[in-house]
Amino acid sequence: MKKILSLVLVLMLALSAAAMAETVKIGVFEPASGDSGAGGKQEMLGMQYANHETPTVEIGGTTYDVELVYADNGSSTDKAPSAAQSLVAEGVSVVLGSYGSGVSIAGSPIFADAGIPAIGVTCTNPQVTAGNKHYFRICFLDPFQGTVLANYAYKELGVTTAYCLAELGNDYDVGLVHYFKEAFEGLGGTVVDETFPTGTSDFTSYLSNATAMGAGVFFAPCSIAYITQIVAQAASQNAAFALLGSDTWDSNVVIEAATGTNLKVYVSTFYQEGGAPEFDSGIKAWLNEDSEAMTNNGGNDMIAAVSAMGYDAYYVALEALKAAGSTDPKAVNDALWNVTYDGVSGAIAFEAENGDAIRDTAYIKTANTADGVWEFVTVQGVE
Amino acid sequence: MFQTVLPYILSGISVGGQYALIAIGYTMVYGILRLINFAHGDVFMVAGILMVYITASGVPLYISIPLVLVLTALIGFVIERVAYKPLREAPRMSIMISAIGVSYTLQNLVLYITGGLNQQYPTVPWISESVTIFGATTKVVTLITPVLTLVLVVMLVWLINHTKVGMAMRAVSKDFETSQLMGIRINSVISATFVIGSFLAAVGSVLYFTNYTTVIQTSGAMPGLKAFVAAVFGGIGSIPGAVVGAFIIGICENIIKGLDIILIKAGISSSMLGLTTFSDAFTFALLIVILVVKPTGLFGEKTTDKV
Repeated sequence: MKKILSLVLVLMLALSAAAMAETVKIGVFEPASGDSGAGGKQEMLGMQYANHETPTVEIGGTTYDVELVYADNGSSTDKAPSAAQSLVAEGVSVVLGSYGSGVSIAGSPIFADAGIPAIGVTCTNPQVTAGNKHYFRICFLDPFQGTVLANYAYKELGVTTAYCLAELGNDYDVGLVHYFKEAFEGLGGTVVDETFPTGTSDFTSYLSNATAMGAGVFFAPCSIAYITQIVAQAASQNAAFALLGSDTWDSNVVIEAATGTNLKVYVSTFYQEGGAPEFDSGIKAWLNEDSEAMTNNGGNDMIAAVSAMGYDAYYVALEALKAAGSTDPKAVNDALWNVTYDGVSGAIAFEAENGDAIRDTAYIKTANTADGVWEFVTVQGVE
Repeated sequence: MFQTVLPYILSGISVGGQYALIAIGYTMVYGILRLINFAHGDVFMVAGILMVYITASGVPLYISIPLVLVLTALIGFVIERVAYKPLREAPRMSIMISAIGVSYTLQNLVLYITGGLNQQYPTVPWISESVTIFGATTKVVTLITPVLTLVLVVMLVWLINHTKVGMAMRAVSKDFETSQLMGIRINSVISATFVIGSFLAAVGSVLYFTNYTTVIQTSGAMPGLKAFVAAVFGGIGSIPGAVVGAFIIGICENIIKGLDIILIKAGISSSMLGLTTFSDAFTFALLIVILVVKPTGLFGEKTTDKV
């Protein structure tokens, strides 16, 4: 009896092992709740669509099913390490994410200890990849983004005084304001910068400050939860200045808040709808089929730049797996350095020191507040 | 000078009025049960979420607003019956832990329903329009809030001083057991307290979310905490105290946010000092100072322990 039982058990183990061997796991390290939940979900949509489009990958002559394993880092740096730990425990080969630099920095050491490479999708703070060999990134960096926005505000909008607002203790906000200030003052402008505590919903006083200082632009590179408040309150104060935003602003949630107001809104971003028509129509069709995906996208089929970036990140991960010829995280990490991929958001290649993508342009968009859509303004580089 | 300070005072009064409506709920429950109802801030948030979903289902605003007020009062009633009443004889600490449990339950329930995404609060016409007074632009709701708060407080004070329920409430808050012996139905008095507190929190939520238009499961935490501080500040158990405390905290916090600019315009300082960052720290530091000087708060009664 015992013999039969053990035989059955061994058989079951072998069978399940055989079934398991056909799957490669990719970790999705994104916020699905909290202040950045809306952005994180849109970034995930890009990956889910890519996974829907290409659900298998050929690694070393075997076809593997790609399984996305999710971990919600809750937009908070104290939840991020345990979310990262859960991905490590799942045995993922490579991690994608996160939306938001702070959580990426917080999760990074866990991935480093486990020897799992991570591909940053839209985390723009330099510290994410600086000084480590496992965190890569496919988007531009804040020193670049801050300078682009400063150039645009000073040269194109003709503004000489800028008001900057950052969330206290948020690496992304504070970092970006720092680089913006450096560049804007370098050009000869004046910058007033302030911070607000986490959980603030009353921005009227900060907006009054900007008006009192005679600021031409109000630059607030923060989470979507705060942006919608700032937009609504700026509208009710009839703000005379333009609102300037970073990549977090490029979301249909923000455009909805701005629709029907007299605000001027300018944002820098990774991708402009229409940049890759095939991807645009494909993801729109997919969103319209899947009601849950539609809800996660904010209830309409506008394409967020972060979705395009999530889509590219998934394919970069597949390229790395193919190049590695194995699902071993170490091999994938080594292979990533030489991966090149022509994505919908442009060509992606990593520089050899920190594993940052080589990018030299950003898109500037403005909000068409009458029709409720983002409109393309220009491609802005530095100098 | 007046022109510079005015916008900050306006937002201060508006925020203060909203804190006041929440603070009354804390202070009334404390006065009667000696319980700090930690779930009160979340009841306020749930009122916001209810409004979002009821309006989204196509119900017109003139029905949905009263409906939200009634439903929130009902939720307050149910919370008391389910989570606090069975613990009436238990040590006070147990009820407090139960309150924390209710708070987390509400937050996580809303997290589950909304999926953690910000919900856009429906626009209430007229009160969300912009208006300009003395050169400062703000929403009509900013001006309505303090007036409505004061009207509601006057009504509440009248209710407490001149009705039978009010008399019962005063008796219960003075001495729980004796009033029970005198034939006051404790349970209905306590239920009435929770219904009134939740109703005012729901009114507060309509005013608050008209100004700050997104609702998320943690939306109740910060206003709840500030309102609690306001209640302690004014002397917990005292309704006028809670209202005065709330206005002081709202105005202080907004003046601090604009203090840099005010100082520059007044010629006292010449550069930004970064004081804005300390707006919350200042509020809480003020609380500590008041409590050190006057441990019972501004209007708090001095309690004598009976042997």
